Amino acid sequence: MTPDSATTDNAIRRTIPLFDGRLATRGYALNAMCFSFNERANREAFLADEDVYCARFGLTPEQRKAVADRDVLAMLDAGGNVYYLAKLAGIFGLGVQDLGALQTGMSVDQFKAMLQTWAEKIPHQEHV
Amino acid sequence: MAQIIGGYFTSHVPGIGGAILRGDQQTPYWKPFFDGFPPIRAWLEQAKPDVAVVFSNDHGLNFFLDKMPTFAVGAAPTYDNADEGWGLPVYKSFTGHPALSWHVIDSLVRDEFDITTCQQMLVDHAVSIPFELVYPGAESWPIKLIPIAINTVQYPLPSPKRCLALGRAVHRALQSWGGDERILVCGTGGLSHQLDGPRAGFMNPDYDMFCLDNLAANPDALTGHTAEQVAELAGTQGVEILNWIAARGAMGDVPLTQISRNYHIPISNTAAASLLLEPA
Repeated sequence: MTPDSATTDNAIRRTIPLFDGRLATRGYALNAMCFSFNERANREAFLADEDVYCARFGLTPEQRKAVADRDVLAMLDAGGNVYYLAKLAGIFGLGVQDLGALQTGMSVDQFKAMLQTWAEKIPHQEHV
Repeated sequence: MAQIIGGYFTSHVPGIGGAILRGDQQTPYWKPFFDGFPPIRAWLEQAKPDVAVVFSNDHGLNFFLDKMPTFAVGAAPTYDNADEGWGLPVYKSFTGHPALSWHVIDSLVRDEFDITTCQQMLVDHAVSIPFELVYPGAESWPIKLIPIAINTVQYPLPSPKRCLALGRAVHRALQSWGGDERILVCGTGGLSHQLDGPRAGFMNPDYDMFCLDNLAANPDALTGHTAEQVAELAGTQGVEILNWIAARGAMGDVPLTQISRNYHIPISNTAAASLLLEPA
């Protein structure tokens, strides 16, 4: 990596933002909790007593508030990674389009309609 | 001598698994995507591969952030799927091919790719769904699996250039294997999509076409970007194109014929594609 591309890449990491060491460090406890939701018993324990379950993983106050508020953007800010957060969303029966709507301020129907509009931008259609 | 008979590339969106579960393949929403697969199934029926070398990314089933390998090669006798937490069925286990896995591992490290080796490895929807798509209703998978996981989750990610080089090194490994296996190379994931942040829902059909148009004949064209630039172009999860690039490398630098190609927007939040290439 040249010094120039390192600078450009770091700028991209901040603007998108991308899940690098900075966010992975900040989000470790939250992501560890979400990783535990691969197991049904853990999902049930979370639903049975959310406070106790979050405390067990040592969520930061910022992370605990984001989870309590079901605030996806705040969870991302607190270092949550979407692949792990999706497991938390699954507990509430939310899919990626629900998450998209929550993050963009659209209704789910508006978000789905927005996804559809990308089809108009396909430059050429290849035959199967 | 073992033979690399083709390369199969597909999106692996979890929603595909939901559609299969509900039997939605012929509904107006899903049909344009599923229409990409009959030609691939027909080709597989004739070609009968018996090993699949699959490049994909784990989504927090096998690997957590406590240990995150950049490249990990499976060397297990079996690979189970498991509950991923969001309601997909648990898919069939794969039988491994440890002898060939270890040959690939030996060859890669001799080739100076310092990969992680896994004698136990869960495989997630990124491996299971591509085979549900091409072997629907199979009682057991008709192929053995060698999974190669690429980190597309936590930056720094390997560059597209490094992924192509890894694939080419896997090709050299397969070429030097003395068995008579018929090997299918697979790359799963993508194409452009972004699940997280204010840009959620982003896609990039122009970049996807650039990838689909160049992958077979000019894969080096895809290596002009850094991983960060790919995320900017393809979306934060669109970086799964790294799996396709590595798989293309594993087919070797030989002329390829395109047997099948399909591109459709949207399935779930994703610009979805399938592609089948065969050595000319």
